Amino acid sequence: MKKIRYSTIKGNSAGYLALLALLGAFAGAGLVAAYFMEHYGHYITGMNNQIVWGTPHVFAVFLIVAASGALNTASIASVFSKTAYKPLARLSGLLAIALLAGGLMILVLDLGRADRLVVAMTYYNFKSIFAWNIILYNGFFLLVAIYLWTMMDPTMSRYTKTAGVAAFVWRLILTTGTGSIFGFLVARLAYNEAIMAPLFIVMSFAFGLAILILVTMAACKWTGRPLGDALMRRLKNLLGVFIAGTLLLLLAYHLTKLYITQYHGVEAFILRDGGVYTQLFWLGWILLGSLVPLAIVYHPAWGKNRSLIGFAATLVILGGLAAMYVIIIGGQAYPLLIFPGKEVVSSFSDGVINSYTPSLPEFALGVGGFAVALIIVALAVKVLQFLPESLADEVVDPHHK
Amino acid sequence: MDKKSNQTDQARRRFFGQVAAVASLTVAPGVILQQVAHARSPEEPASDKNRWGILINTNKCAEGCDACVTACQDEYGWGPNGPETRSSDLQKAQWIRKVKLTDKQTGHVQTLPLMCQHCEHPPCVDVCPTGASMKRADGIVLVDKHICIGCRYCMMACPYKARSFIHEELHDQKVNAPRGKGTVESCTLCVQRVDAGRQPACVEACPEQAMIFGDLKDPESAISRELRENGGEQIRADLGLNTGIRYQGL
Repeated sequence: MKKIRYSTIKGNSAGYLALLALLGAFAGAGLVAAYFMEHYGHYITGMNNQIVWGTPHVFAVFLIVAASGALNTASIASVFSKTAYKPLARLSGLLAIALLAGGLMILVLDLGRADRLVVAMTYYNFKSIFAWNIILYNGFFLLVAIYLWTMMDPTMSRYTKTAGVAAFVWRLILTTGTGSIFGFLVARLAYNEAIMAPLFIVMSFAFGLAILILVTMAACKWTGRPLGDALMRRLKNLLGVFIAGTLLLLLAYHLTKLYITQYHGVEAFILRDGGVYTQLFWLGWILLGSLVPLAIVYHPAWGKNRSLIGFAATLVILGGLAAMYVIIIGGQAYPLLIFPGKEVVSSFSDGVINSYTPSLPEFALGVGGFAVALIIVALAVKVLQFLPESLADEVVDPHHK
Repeated sequence: MDKKSNQTDQARRRFFGQVAAVASLTVAPGVILQQVAHARSPEEPASDKNRWGILINTNKCAEGCDACVTACQDEYGWGPNGPETRSSDLQKAQWIRKVKLTDKQTGHVQTLPLMCQHCEHPPCVDVCPTGASMKRADGIVLVDKHICIGCRYCMMACPYKARSFIHEELHDQKVNAPRGKGTVESCTLCVQRVDAGRQPACVEACPEQAMIFGDLKDPESAISRELRENGGEQIRADLGLNTGIRYQGL
């Protein structure tokens, strides 16, 4: 196996500038949307007193979950000593930070009082899983930054494994925290399950890896760096494992709910009668987001086709967004069980499926967060040596002859 | 000391004793009543010696009557005539609502007012990251408007859907309840009335006297006596939240 060499990208091509301009336009639109939401209030969005978390949260939670998953490739190299993944470790760490920053930007700008961010940082209710998450997010930034430092500074390399283990453990706790935001909610029938934490962890593996695959493919293609089949084979097989893992925990989640009579209503809603939520679940998350990518990555011929692997990773990302929409908005759309055994009517949408129409500002803010994450990556690879000069088989595969 | 002066002393003591007894009988009821209707001074903090609650008799609650709701709207300035002009109906705040229940088995119909249940173990307080969602020592659950960041996690957590988010800038507000864009609000159990020794607006307005307000910790309060004699249930008692709002006839 050859020594891995890293280099910055030139970053002066028309394509690079066009990419930055495009991402900048999306990020700018997101900031404008956030300004309008703060200035006029949330009445300009589709969110209301029944669907209190909307499209921004779909994007934000997806990015935060994907962030911890994006770190996985580095963890596999440092913690589990799989040297084949080592060339991608720096990019993996960078993506983790960038995606978390993009997700948190959405979350913070959606707050009713985003100007009170300093309050959120200085007043802590330690029984709140949200408060824990604020600490977990900040700790993640710090640990991954230290981890990257140990990887990029030769004098620090003896600490890489220690930092890698710390970041890996921290990311597992972080995604446990993200899943538990929903898992701890006793009021809502769709949540209130301990399995939401491990479900979010395995989803993070898949979403983060899908983004890493696409960014790696794009970066190699646009900067003319070789990307060998050996690494692609490992990455796509790993993606398949993570998709299958997600399906297994999702099955356990729904079987549990289907077994317990109290949850039959909410299960019927999500799985059968929920209209857009049912369609997004079956067509978006299960078929296009899971089964089709699984078929592609494990198909003897399709699994060798770069374009199809890229397509599979794209489907996993879109399926992930569909999954978040079903979990976050579908979960709120189903009415609360306040009076078991009774039909309920009121002026406050009791007993009815809550309606929600996503608005343009919400979409703009969500997509803007994505764009900010990618801008961070695009700028970082220009100023620091994140990208390996080659991911060809002789660099990646220890057994390559 | 001679015998005569000793007798005078005894007569004087009896006189003072009688004066004291008469004075006690005259003043004592006033003192006791003063304690019952005690209004806290602004300097005095809320105390865990009290636990304020409301008992609602759903059998007396008339279908079609929404006196409690309009009283709350008048007191705090929300509702159709309130300052929320740009928010959609789904976005407008509702601190209290009338709920109509029909039993799926028997078809039995009843109505009741539903608002913040002022739980002893409020999920909204548990989940609030900044501590803006808080419970006073006397059991009243409130939002500290100064540190609410508008994350709406409390709205996700409340099993009674008692909270609303303010979706727009509001003007011409009531002094009783400043309502800030981007923060969350809910029934305050009319905390400013309670602190002044008065009843919540909804209780006062109920034409059927279906609501009894009082101190759940005072065994002699009307609400405690009624609960002891005729019982009262909590909504979603299975959640173990020990609500301050109780219902009869559920």
